[in-house]
Amino acid sequence: MRVVVDFDLCESNAICMQVAPEIFEVRDDDFLYVLNEQPGEDRRSAVEEAVQRCPKQAISIQD
Amino acid sequence: MREAITVIGASLAGLRGVETLRSDGFDGRITLVGEESHQPYDRPPLSKQVLAGDWEPDRIHLAAPDRLADLQVDLRLGQRATGLDLEAHTVEVDGVAERFDGLLIATGAQCRALPGTGHLAGVHTLRTLDDCLAIRAALEGVPRRLLVVGAGFIGSEVASVAVDRGVEVTMVEALPVPLVRVLGAEIGTTMADLHRSHGVDLRCGVGVVELVGEDRVRAAMLDDGSVVEADVVVVGIGVVPNTDWLESSGLDLDDGVCCDATCLAAPDVTAAGDVARWDHPRYGRSVRVEHWDNAVEQGIHAARRLLQTDEEATAYAPVPWFWSDQYDRKIQVAGLTHPDDEVRMVTGSPEEGRFTALYGSGGRFNAVFGMNRPRQVMQFKSLIDQEATWEEALAYARELG
Repeated sequence: MRVVVDFDLCESNAICMQVAPEIFEVRDDDFLYVLNEQPGEDRRSAVEEAVQRCPKQAISIQD
Repeated sequence: MREAITVIGASLAGLRGVETLRSDGFDGRITLVGEESHQPYDRPPLSKQVLAGDWEPDRIHLAAPDRLADLQVDLRLGQRATGLDLEAHTVEVDGVAERFDGLLIATGAQCRALPGTGHLAGVHTLRTLDDCLAIRAALEGVPRRLLVVGAGFIGSEVASVAVDRGVEVTMVEALPVPLVRVLGAEIGTTMADLHRSHGVDLRCGVGVVELVGEDRVRAAMLDDGSVVEADVVVVGIGVVPNTDWLESSGLDLDDGVCCDATCLAAPDVTAAGDVARWDHPRYGRSVRVEHWDNAVEQGIHAARRLLQTDEEATAYAPVPWFWSDQYDRKIQVAGLTHPDDEVRMVTGSPEEGRFTALYGSGGRFNAVFGMNRPRQVMQFKSLIDQEATWEEALAYARELG
């Protein structure tokens, strides 16, 4: 699974960071950093939750 | 064994509910009923990008057409639920009773109108895509003087977009300070300052007596005796949950559909989103939450509840969270503030345009407000979730410096 963020849409609401902090981090500069673009399958449900709860619908999963 | 689940309301909570039913393995019939004729769409951009003209409506679909096809859902757009018979397990859609095994109510809310203004053109509320496009078109006309009634979040976002478009904006708020009941006087004042610094003529502590005009609105008479001339009026004075159709159903209605802690309103019936009031275990009382994030989470929870036995069901206990984009600021609030709360600004300052403030009372840490501080809001949101004390929250803030 590959985590893709559309940075044109992302507005750093940081919900993804709360759902999956080991994958998404919004730093003090208020930008989102994807810490792990290819997380293991055990993280799928967390990434899916981040996809659903992103207010900008900026996150997607590519298999 | 359930064979047919009906979801009433084809917006965010309803659609996320349908997706959850499928992802949890429900392979029976799903019917999704939506009053609007549009494909399910996302509402936050209606007071932001779409209103600004930066996005066209085709960018706000909640699900691509092929995704909807994958869900194998009987999508009934432009249809309206008109009644519910709990005993017979039937819901009336456009006057026809249809049987269900499980029902998710996600009918949302509608804008409160300013009494006695229905006959005037140029007076708007903002809830639907059609509302948004009507306001957008109105703001393109000349002369362009906009009156926003209510300095809540929707009104504030509309004012922000209008200012960006070069529209002259007057904003009238009945409270002495915008959002004072939710955010307190100190933070509410920073919101007022934000509007004024962008040229909005914000008048607080005054009410609208009436809107005047022949066919079109021309001006508003305020209760301090002043008159505000306006070509367009947007009224943002809150919403009312859409429960009219449930009046005789026997469901417990009280400013929303009352549910237990698991989002169950009656056997085989759940509710989610703006229309749902549920017993929130964290607060020991019932709450109704109108936030986007709640529609997602509760839509998921309430759909799942329909597939669970009473033993399997879990309480729905989120920390409420929302955001609002105004001018160049991102406002975020997590938790629920309390009238007794002390407010402590812990990092940054309004002058910097970037700060975090904490709310607490009785030793409890209740809520966090952030202006252009998304990282910290989420960090404090986690603390609220862990039921950190006020002292623990302040200690954490000191660590952040």
